[in-house]
Amino acid sequence: MQVYLPIAELSVNLFLLLGIGGGVGLLSGLFGIGGGFLMTPLLIFIGVPPAVAVATQANQVVASSVSGVLAHWSRDNVDFRMGLVLLAGGFAGSTVGVGLFSLLRHFGQVDLVINLFYVVFLGFIGTAMFIEGTRALWRRRRRGPAMRKLHEHTWVHGLPLKMRFRKSRLYISALVPGGIGFFVGILSAIMGVGGAFIMVPAMIYLVGMPTSVVVGTSLFQIIFVAANVTFLQAVQNQTVDLMLALALTVGGVIGAQIGGRLGARLHGEQMRVLLAALILAVAIALAYQLGVKPSDPYSAVWLAPEG
Amino acid sequence: MRALDRRFAPLLAFLLALGTFGGEARAEPLVADLSNHLIAITAGFTGADLLLFGSTDGPGDVIALVRGPTGRSVVRRKDRLFGIWINNLSLDFDDVPNYYALASSRPLDELLTGDTAEHYGIGLDHLGIHAAADTPPGRLREMLDALARIKVREGLFRPEAGKITFLGQRLFRADFHFPSNVPTGSYLVEILLVRNGQIASAQTTPLIVSKIGVGADIFQFAHRHAAAYGMAAILIALLAGWLAHLAFRRV
Repeated sequence: MQVYLPIAELSVNLFLLLGIGGGVGLLSGLFGIGGGFLMTPLLIFIGVPPAVAVATQANQVVASSVSGVLAHWSRDNVDFRMGLVLLAGGFAGSTVGVGLFSLLRHFGQVDLVINLFYVVFLGFIGTAMFIEGTRALWRRRRRGPAMRKLHEHTWVHGLPLKMRFRKSRLYISALVPGGIGFFVGILSAIMGVGGAFIMVPAMIYLVGMPTSVVVGTSLFQIIFVAANVTFLQAVQNQTVDLMLALALTVGGVIGAQIGGRLGARLHGEQMRVLLAALILAVAIALAYQLGVKPSDPYSAVWLAPEG
Repeated sequence: MRALDRRFAPLLAFLLALGTFGGEARAEPLVADLSNHLIAITAGFTGADLLLFGSTDGPGDVIALVRGPTGRSVVRRKDRLFGIWINNLSLDFDDVPNYYALASSRPLDELLTGDTAEHYGIGLDHLGIHAAADTPPGRLREMLDALARIKVREGLFRPEAGKITFLGQRLFRADFHFPSNVPTGSYLVEILLVRNGQIASAQTTPLIVSKIGVGADIFQFAHRHAAAYGMAAILIALLAGWLAHLAFRRV
């Protein structure tokens, strides 16, 4: 069944969209990530213009993080105070990011920058996770105890504007989570992702937040950042496709629930290595595309006449 | 079958009229019409086919042109810089038709001289596209060729000749296809009767391509009330997330 996407201006098979939403949702439920970094390249691959893919994906992230945060909230795993600090940074970052996006669109370099961001960040995170995950697997085989200090004092703890976060059991400068939020906000606008794949490791390793609270808290702030991106993209670029977002959301929600159930049966370390391999595969595929000669180096965009 | 009947109903009516009032029809050198003057892009739109049909008052060849609304096109060329392919060159073109289809009863070079073709805008080389800025001829040619190639690949330039078929000496028909990415706007269909290398008669008829229904409403809403559209998109997403949580909480 074909469905016409009014903003992307093309017809796509509805079941293909539900399938993409469901497949990405499955992985996101399995690994506890938003999956935006997979969804956007897939949408671009089926012919959705990159600008529409990114903006619409942000809208879909709102829906998936709401359902995720509600689940974490019922288990009391959300630090709202920390979430608000992240959010302040995230709002500023996503506003800057959408402005940057409009500018790049004007210069015809949006596709390149989206691709470069993907290659750099996915490559970096994928490699780090892969190394960390294989080490953990190896440790588990050896049955050695995981050594980690309770409190490591670094330059991070010397910054001003200290705040107490009770649920996270932290006393730390608000500049650190605020800065992380700002940075992830920019990524969110340019890549159309929630940014959990950056935020979660940053909050665990840089801030020292307990892992159980990180996912719920990052989801909480992603709702607002993604909503901000959706709104600004709709106003500045008119690139949010409601029809596309709805189809992806329906598929994604169902997939995420199935994935969540499957995930409960897998070991944490195995899952992390699998996820790292997946992220690396996407990064390598995108890097290959950038480096290989395109089938047609020319492209054309038709601009509607004024009025 | 019903859809097919509807498509051919005007043709049947036309043929009947021709049979009954054959004498009067002979007075016009060229009469033609479309099976439909509106292409409606609905939620399930996958492209459309139109039938052009008509008659001439005697032997001759027919050329038909369908032109979409014109506007500005930006053509960009990627070059390899620092090991990756980057959009490096760009050129703006004005008066680019966003759809152009051509059909004729015989190959064009057998019908017309280049000058006549240029005068009537027949063929991809004579579309009246011009660069927005002064450009060296070599670069202009290169970018213009790229534009035409891309448009042909997208199915929006359809320069295939020899699609007009004659039924007997006087009745002719041609099929035009409009892909699912057909741009909206007012189109113009021109039908030309060619005799001895000259245009003997011409007729034009309008065609509208328009979004209809939910898709059109969403597009209008997104462009005219962008802020409200953004808010609506967020509210729908919030609601969808909440419903999903409720639906799966107990399972």
